Amino acid sequence: MFGRLTWDAIPFHEPIPLITSAVVLLAIASLGIWITKNKWWSYLWNEYVTSTDHKKIGIMYIVMALVMLVRGFADAIMMRAQQSLAIGASQGYLPPEHYNQIFSAHGTIMIFFVAMPFIIGFMNFVVPLQLGVRDVAFPTLNNVSFWLNASGALLINLSLFIGEFARTGWLGFPPLSEKAFSPGVGVDYYLVALQISGVGTVLTGVNFVTTILKIRAPGMSYLRMPVFCWTALASNLLIIAAFPVLTVVLAELMLDRYLGFHFFTNDGGGNSMLYMNLIWVWGHPEVYILVLPAFGIYSEVASTFSGKPLFGYRSMVFATLAICLISFMVWLHHFFTMGAGGDINAVFGIASMIIGIPTGVKIYNWLFTMYGGRVRFTVPVHYLIGFMLTFVIGGLTGVLLAIPPVDFVVHNSLFLVAHFHQVIIGGVVFALMAGYTYWFPKAFGFTLDERIGKWIFWCWFIGFHLAFMPLYVLGFWGATRRMQHIPDPTWAPWLHVAFVGAAIIGIGIALTVVQLLYSIKTRDQRRDVTGDPWDGRTLEWLTLSPPPHYNFAVLPDVHGEEAYWVRKQTAIKQDQLIEEPDYQPIEMPLNTPTGVIVAFFAAVCGFALIWYIWWLAILGLIGAFGIFVWYAWRDEHEHIIPVEEVRANARERRRIRMEHLHNLSQST
Amino acid sequence: MSTVSETPAIGLTHGGSEDTGLGQRGPQSKSIVVPYGFWLFVLSDMVLFSALFASYASLVHATDGGPTTAELFDRKLVAVETLALLLSSFVCGLAMITAKRKSMAWMQIWLLATGALGLVFLGIELFEFSKMIGEGAGPQRSAFLSSFFTLVGCHGAHVTAGLLWLGTMMAQIWAKGFRQDIVRRLLCFSVFWHALDIIWVAIFTIVYLIGTLP
Repeated sequence: MFGRLTWDAIPFHEPIPLITSAVVLLAIASLGIWITKNKWWSYLWNEYVTSTDHKKIGIMYIVMALVMLVRGFADAIMMRAQQSLAIGASQGYLPPEHYNQIFSAHGTIMIFFVAMPFIIGFMNFVVPLQLGVRDVAFPTLNNVSFWLNASGALLINLSLFIGEFARTGWLGFPPLSEKAFSPGVGVDYYLVALQISGVGTVLTGVNFVTTILKIRAPGMSYLRMPVFCWTALASNLLIIAAFPVLTVVLAELMLDRYLGFHFFTNDGGGNSMLYMNLIWVWGHPEVYILVLPAFGIYSEVASTFSGKPLFGYRSMVFATLAICLISFMVWLHHFFTMGAGGDINAVFGIASMIIGIPTGVKIYNWLFTMYGGRVRFTVPVHYLIGFMLTFVIGGLTGVLLAIPPVDFVVHNSLFLVAHFHQVIIGGVVFALMAGYTYWFPKAFGFTLDERIGKWIFWCWFIGFHLAFMPLYVLGFWGATRRMQHIPDPTWAPWLHVAFVGAAIIGIGIALTVVQLLYSIKTRDQRRDVTGDPWDGRTLEWLTLSPPPHYNFAVLPDVHGEEAYWVRKQTAIKQDQLIEEPDYQPIEMPLNTPTGVIVAFFAAVCGFALIWYIWWLAILGLIGAFGIFVWYAWRDEHEHIIPVEEVRANARERRRIRMEHLHNLSQST
Repeated sequence: MSTVSETPAIGLTHGGSEDTGLGQRGPQSKSIVVPYGFWLFVLSDMVLFSALFASYASLVHATDGGPTTAELFDRKLVAVETLALLLSSFVCGLAMITAKRKSMAWMQIWLLATGALGLVFLGIELFEFSKMIGEGAGPQRSAFLSSFFTLVGCHGAHVTAGLLWLGTMMAQIWAKGFRQDIVRRLLCFSVFWHALDIIWVAIFTIVYLIGTLP
């Protein structure tokens, strides 16, 4: 009846997961009670859960990413604690089988359920606004994508309470991840969760490429799009081209595990190198799926807060697309030591170094954007400068690793761990924090507290360097990654420093919560009444904060690069807005529960697969198909916002803008 | 499909004053956007198959002492199978023409024929699979057979999904007539169905033809 699911699956005898489970369940329960008490369920259901509004979906992605960041960080601090305790005679507090689950969960969660949803959240929130349109190409699909991602995250978290997680590292390399060596449910949790969220991600890719190529405001030609939109385009092209490969390789491993196939097994002619190649054909572009939009965020921040157009806009676009292309030609550098031979290693080594060139172009572009500008040292600019300092070092260690002979020495060591954390934290996470601060007022109508924001930055910056610079040293000394016990006591001081660094990052994450609560409490002091709190240059600052559901009463006409800046300067010069346009009623997509129901069935089906509850899996599939047919059958897709409402809102906005522009023109 | 009487896509239409000469007249209509997005999805599906082809190509000789391609494949059977699928695509094209003419009866007949030929294809494939499994050449036998069953089976699963979709579409058009969004959906279906042909041609060549070369 319940497959292999028994009471033994609940970790009654292991205090750490048990207590965590209890605390999390308590937190969820109290959150539920709180929402019920305030009667917020229907608001949440109507305004967020079933929403097809790209802004709301973006916010949901980012909330999910922040929650999962806490989970992923808890794993990180546990690892650092274990490694700074389990030295020499001491065995620390985590047994090997638990430690292995923690580092696997940490990597999986941080990449798939923190970095990805955070980035996709920004693309959701920002891209349609920057393109000057009202929504993405497929609003309902967008909602489905989010909920599929969320059910993947749900399954990953469920593995903490019911059963176990994979002990195979974040990419689940066979033959270790095969049934023969990992018979438990851990790898199945990993596979099923990633498959479900992967489907969501592919759909996101399709949605955003269509949006950027086909749905832009009039006059918004390709070379007038903000750089963030370009990077989002490149990132989504990579998603379309790379994620299906992940689907295939994980499906093949599932077939091995569930039906006794021989893709990657040691017997039957299986070939685990096939897995290495396929997973990294996805895995390397994945790095750029994350970092390209991050570069886009830095570009927006650099130009806005320097009060200058982005230096070398076209070279920036070219560099973005060059990286997009080359990122598919370097995957083998992830396994130089696995016997491809000198010639092939040389080709991939050189290709990997070539990627450094367009990336270098970008760094110079940001520097020259700031050069001669009136730089305002806001929180996002702190992250920008911190990024440039950190990322260049991370990039250089990357070039080192791209040299095959060097890689033979330091591969699989803490040097590698330090390198990729340096580019992902220094590159991606700093951008996420910068973007979070930068676009927060657009989403909620008030800015985040600047002072606490700077503390958070310093926690991340100092904490990061303390936590990871020692790992470079240890890597040179031969410390391999993923060690549950440290045999050499002379490494102890470095590991202790690394722990302190992680703890400082932890303070930063805690302060992020403090900042949010404090900013909500004192929001009246920092209201963004104008919709343009940073003196922005792109179209998202044209509309109010938060924007109406339909973003723009009339789609803006774009003249030249920096659509909003040009418009604003003209208005300031003439001390008047453009002529009041003729308002029309607006058709917007209806809310739909399709996404959340499909995701519910997907999660049920996934859970059933993990535990071999076949009847439930089939039921889940039928349910998912049924809801699709039901959705396809409905007749109403859109609702009309009456012209009176549009006009009234737009007139109010014009009044506010007029006041704002008047103030601006007087101050200049 | 005509774009003239198109209702605005999610409130996106707007007559822009400036035409930059590169077609940036604002958002495209749904009859452009929907098939375009669907094409992108089909492309992602092609990438999926390319990974399966890569797996097959690297494992085709890993027979583990078991049967090889030449011993297993029957060219004549596959020829019939291929014919059924290609014909099905042709008939699907006829259905699209009749859909344009809004002739319900003929369109339903052609769609039915499309589905029937698809079923023939699927039947032959299942027959081939069961025969192989019966001979002890199932997917568990060797890495080669694992990759064969996965590649061809994945195509078969796509055909099955297509048949489900086709049935739903037939019922929907029957119930709701030639509504613009439904016709658009039918267009997407035909794109999907033809794409499966392209993939099958590759399977036919790479798996069956090359596999049975003397």
